[in-house]
Formats: sequence, structure tokens, C-alpha cells
Amino acid sequence: MPFGNTHNQAKLKYSSEQEYPDLSKHNNYMAKILTAAMYERLRTKETPSGFTLDDVIQTGVDNPGHPFIMTVGCVAGDEETYEVFKELLDPVIEDRHGGYKPTDKHKTDLNPDNLKGGDDLDPKYVLSSRVRTGRSIRGFCLPPHCSRGERRAVEKLSVEALAALSGDLKGKYYALKNMTEAEQQQLIDDHFLFDKPVSPLLLASGMARDWPDARGIWHNDNKTFLVWVNEEDHLRVISMQKGGKMKEVFTRFCTGLTKIETLFRDRGHAFMWNEHLGYVLTCPSNLGTGLRAGVHVKLPNMSKQAKFDEILSKLRLQKRGTGGVDTAAVGGVFDISNADRLGFSEVELVQMVVDGVKLLVEMEKRLEKGQSIDNLMPAQK
Amino acid sequence: MASSFTRILSSKRNVGILSLVGGSVAAGFLLHREHVTAGEPLRRRYPASAEYPDLRKHNNCMASSLTPAIYAKLCDKATPNGYTLDQAIQTGVDNPGHPFIKTVGLVAGDEESYEVFAELLDPVIKERHNGYDPRTMKHPTDLNASKIQSGVFDERYVLSSRVRTGRSIRGLSLPPACTRAERREVERVVVDALSGLKEDLTGKYYSLTLMTEQEQQQLIDDHFLFDKPVSPLLTCAGMARDWPDGRGIWHNNEKTFLIWINEEDHTRVISMEKGGNMKRVFERFCRGLKEVERLIQERGWEFMWNERLGYILTCPSNLGTGLRAGVHVKLPRLSKDPRFSKILDNLRLQKRGTGGVDTAAVGGVFDISNLDRLGQSEVQLVQTVIDGVNYLIECEKRLEKGQDIKVPAPIKQFK
Repeated sequence: MPFGNTHNQAKLKYSSEQEYPDLSKHNNYMAKILTAAMYERLRTKETPSGFTLDDVIQTGVDNPGHPFIMTVGCVAGDEETYEVFKELLDPVIEDRHGGYKPTDKHKTDLNPDNLKGGDDLDPKYVLSSRVRTGRSIRGFCLPPHCSRGERRAVEKLSVEALAALSGDLKGKYYALKNMTEAEQQQLIDDHFLFDKPVSPLLLASGMARDWPDARGIWHNDNKTFLVWVNEEDHLRVISMQKGGKMKEVFTRFCTGLTKIETLFRDRGHAFMWNEHLGYVLTCPSNLGTGLRAGVHVKLPNMSKQAKFDEILSKLRLQKRGTGGVDTAAVGGVFDISNADRLGFSEVELVQMVVDGVKLLVEMEKRLEKGQSIDNLMPAQK
Repeated sequence: MASSFTRILSSKRNVGILSLVGGSVAAGFLLHREHVTAGEPLRRRYPASAEYPDLRKHNNCMASSLTPAIYAKLCDKATPNGYTLDQAIQTGVDNPGHPFIKTVGLVAGDEESYEVFAELLDPVIKERHNGYDPRTMKHPTDLNASKIQSGVFDERYVLSSRVRTGRSIRGLSLPPACTRAERREVERVVVDALSGLKEDLTGKYYSLTLMTEQEQQQLIDDHFLFDKPVSPLLTCAGMARDWPDGRGIWHNNEKTFLIWINEEDHTRVISMEKGGNMKRVFERFCRGLKEVERLIQERGWEFMWNERLGYILTCPSNLGTGLRAGVHVKLPRLSKDPRFSKILDNLRLQKRGTGGVDTAAVGGVFDISNLDRLGQSEVQLVQTVIDGVNYLIECEKRLEKGQDIKVPAPIKQFK
């Protein structure tokens, strides 16, 4: 629950016009879509747990956005948000996810056998491989809205389920508020530790409330499978390793996720999922697979290519700096990952990354030798 | 958002309902009853013990007073506007505090917060205001500037003088809780009233959303412009929502009387001048405040005020007078004297840097102001500052001449 939106009923004594936010300087999907008339229709609604329209849009009102980057500008407080505020969220989703319609169905495929290749990305170029997604536990409110009691319950359930993992997935949980100095330093050195969000996009939605209560990091002893508890989503699940064996990373990812899902189900809990939106997460941008599969890859020559961005776009890939979103590339090393989340299955998205990165490395090698890459130019995927 | 109604209805106990007051609440309750019998699943509910915040690493007044028992008693209550305990304490939960600086750690969402959550707020007020007991004591309000004695400082030492306070409009929620419509209503009511000010108080309003580049630059140059709060103490309480909607600055043409609208409080009222004429600054302050009050009363509004807490503001630290009267004063020798802090303490004064709270002094120039807000009147506090600053200047002069200074006896708090 973001702060002072108080009780929705008390607000209704003011007219819709009086409450409608000033979005004249805004540039995010919510602002594009939320007309005064829509605001009037939706303002009387709330989800069964009490999440209101103003709660959904607060982050978008507080963060007008950037002239070049379109942020989403709304969040879900629970699974029902996507139903109750469909009128706003369906067009936001359609806009953000490349034309995904309210009637479209999303395919889930976590069978790593369906991935072709992916175990031979050249380690001289591909330095590391990583796949991440998120999962929400059905019946609990999401980070913008959950109470402390709920957040702690999510933590408790998650820690219990993760404790039952075995074999190469056996691991340990480090609660943010209990970790020792030594544990903290180790997690920082491993690049595993997450910190309190500083982005106003997240803070304005109330996700950082009560920090660091019920937040923590679980990872396996091998340090190749990692789960964040109660950061931006209930769970963020990450599989990663040095080198270019994306298939191995993806296989562990699928195996781990499937096992975790079973362990939750054994305890009477399911993940939030439906046929239309796939896995339900806090931010509409992460619906569907919630999956970002990426590599850190050396492309110094490619990155100087005039057509680099165009090629990435055709391959349905996106570049980031090696610090993650909103960072710069260092030493010609880029984070290359899938641009899509919804409307493609997990296997399809990882396939795009595997195929795309293979091609980019080919192109890099050609450019190194001074050769042309013209006949390698891809078609739009 | 955690609706107080669904919480109450989902529990088998009905105790919570009895603690709610007001007609709009009953209407809301009825609407929800229908909602409930329609068979929709209610929010999962946890006992108070599962919701009680972890305050073991905390050092603020809220954490000192919020026992699990008090939490359990108050966590199902809500003000008529629906403001809850969790909302009030969120800022204190999110900001554990500093080992040396004890922050308050909670805010009011509306006037009723001070009543509904009195069991927590009273001890917090007592701790923050040096033993002032809202249950037994009355706060004196006195805006009669003619009672001030002396009050014109030696301008070789005092560079500027300033008095500020806050005022809240009764019937509208406070910045942590207000809706956009309420905030805009505060703006409308206050701007409308201010347009009625005359003579040396005639002025103009600059809305943050509408001001031009030039107006903005001028306000920055005048040191009038306030910006979106960055302090997590304020942002965690929700005061910066919808920025800059409904926010603005009004000042008189002479630039000696200034009002901030919808920053940390509904209004902050500031009277200031270069130089040492604190008496005139305070006189204008009182006159301006009374005139604004008259103008809003003409339109059917009033300020939030009561006998036990004085003027009601968002932060419990600003209750009573909400008044900070201060000067920028040159004390290069005195500030290096090891007795400086003790002298300030005994005079019930506080030092800050010239950038305001949490800034450092530059060139031996300090911001010196009253420590207290509640339990003494405006006249008493300003007199305390006047007497105290005069004493500090005397000390500085003595040190200049190589003479020794004395630490004054501590002055009494509640007169």
C-alpha cells in the first residue's frame, strides 16, 4: 500500500476532475492511456485486497518519465489488479509488449530439450551467461501493497521450499537483516547482494517499505542458482555461470524453477499464472515469461558499427552496459539479452538469444579480419 | 491499499468498528458490507504480532514508544478519512535513525490522527517536547508582538532575522494522506485568501507547475524556491506524491513575507529580513498570520488548533507554535569555545549551518534558533531567542576583548 491514498470511499466525495492527475508533462504508457473519462470509470473500483486505481498509477504520476525512454508508469498490487483495472492495463500491455492483444494466449515452455544448440557460444567472446525471471505466490499481495505480515509469510514459505532443494541445487538463505559482515562481503564479491532500491520508479510505488524486513538472498553452494526474496517481486530466480554454455544455464534454470514450483505446490501454494498473461509479476513489463536471458559479450568492433542497433532490433535483442539496466558498456563488453517478455515462450526467447549472439560473434570475427558483414545481415525476426 | 474496512470485516472481532468515528465511515462500511457478501475473497489477515515492525535497530521516538501491546491495540483503528497506524509509522519503520540524532519517526495524516492514535502519539510528544504531557497540560498561543522587549540586534553580528511556522486547514487531510483533490483544495483556499492581503503584505502566487523559467530563476536567487523533498524521512511518509501538483510559493512584493503551499505542511509561513530587527520581523509575522486567518474564516475555513496541542501540523515535532525564530549571526570566537554547546543548551537555543537543518556553519556564521515548539507561546519563544542571541553577542564581544565569559544558568522550560 503506498502511503496516504487512505480509503478510496472518502476520496469519492471529490469529483473525478478534481482528482484526475495532471499528466500534461508525462511520457509513460500509463499517461498515454489514462484519459479523464477512463479515470472516472475506474476510480470507484478496488481489488478485494483494497488496491485502488491511484495505487496502480502513483509511480507513473510521480515519475513523468524521460523524453526517450518509455517507462510503464503503473504496477500491480495483487493478481486481481490485472482484472479489475483491465481497461487501463490491457492497452498498456498491448503498447509495451508489441501489440499483444487482450484475447491473445501466452505459451509457457520450460523444457530445455526444446532449445537447439546454445552450448557452444565462443567463450573467447561470451564471458558469462545468465537467465532470470520472477515468480509470484498466488494469494499474497505484491511488493507495492503487501503488509509486513504478508511479506514475512512469503519469505517463510520461500525459505522452507528452497531448503528442500538438493543435489547441485542445495543451498543456503541469507536474510538481509541477519547477515554477518563476512557473509555480506562475500555476497558483494559474488555480485549476488541486492540493495534497497534507489530508483524513484520503485520507491514511488511503495516496494521499499519496511526495508530490509523479510528480504533475503538464497543461493546454491555452487553459486550458479540464486533467488532474491521480496525485492521487486516475491521471487526473482537467476541461473548464471561464466562462459558461453547458455544451454546449461537454461537447463539448470528450468530444472530449478520446476522443482521450486513443485515444492510450493506440495505446501499448498501455486505461482500466479494464467493463460493470457503467463506468469504474473509486479510490473506489467515483466509479464508472460518475465524472462531475460543474456550474455556479457565482447563486441568492440560491432559496437562501432553504424548498423549495430538496427541489427539488434532485427534480432529482437537489447543491449545494456555490464552493470545492468541504465549502465554503460565498459571495454566494448555488452550485456545482450532478449527484448521481449510476453507472447513468446521461454524456449523461444532463449533461442533468439542463442542464435542472435552466435551471429553477433560471427560478425565480430569478420570485422576483426577486416571483412564485410553484409551477407550476414539478418531478417526481422 | 490496506483498507481499514476489509481488515475489520475479515476479523471475527467487531471491536474495530466501534473505534471509528464519523458518517462517511459508516457509508464506507455499508458499501463494503455489500462488497463482502458478494462473495469476493478478502485480504488474508495476520495477527498484530505478525505485523509488528522489527524495531530492534531503530532509534526514533516512535520506536521508543511503540510496544507490541500498543501496536495491537491501534493497528485496526483508522481515522474517519481511513488513515491507519501503519501509514503513520511507515516513515519511522523505513528510517531507523541515527545514533546521535533522534528523529520523531511518525507523522499525522489528518487532525484526527492525534486523537485516534493518542496512545502512541502522547508519549512521543512527551519525549520530543521535553516532558510536555498532552493529557494534562494546555498550550498557550500568543501572537501579540507588542509584548516583545528589545529585539533589535547589533547588525555587526546579526546578518538576518527570520520567523517561520506552519498552519493546516481544518477539514482537509495533511500532506502524507491528502488526495490530489484535497491538496488542490488547500492550494485554492490559501491562494484565494492571500489575494486579499493588502499594503506591505500585497503579493503574488507562483504555482510550481505553472511558473516560467524567469520566475523560477528569480525565486532561486531570492532563496525562496523550495524543491521536491529528497529526505527519505519525508518521502517515506508520502509527502512528495504527485509532485509538483498543488504546490507553490506566495510572497509579498517586498519579499519579507513568504508562504509555501503543500510542501511538508499545508502552509509554511515565513517572515524575514536582512539585518537584526527581529521585533519587526515578528510583528509582521503576527500581523500576517492573523490577517490570513481572518481571510480564510471569511470564506468559512479555519486553522487546525486545539487547547492541548496548539496548532496541528504534520510532524509532531512542530506542534504547539510550530515556530522557529532564528538569526544568522557571526560568532567566530564563541563557536570555537568549548562551552558553546552548553551555553546554547542552557539558553534553550539550537545551532544549525546557514543552509538550514543538517548543514554546516560557514565562516563562523551560525543559524541560531529556539529549540522548543510546544508548551510555550510564540511571544515567549521569540523573547527567548532575543534574550539568548543578545547574550551570545555579549559573549562574542567579551571574547574579542580577551575577557572571559560565563555559562548562563539554564532557563525554565514550561512557564
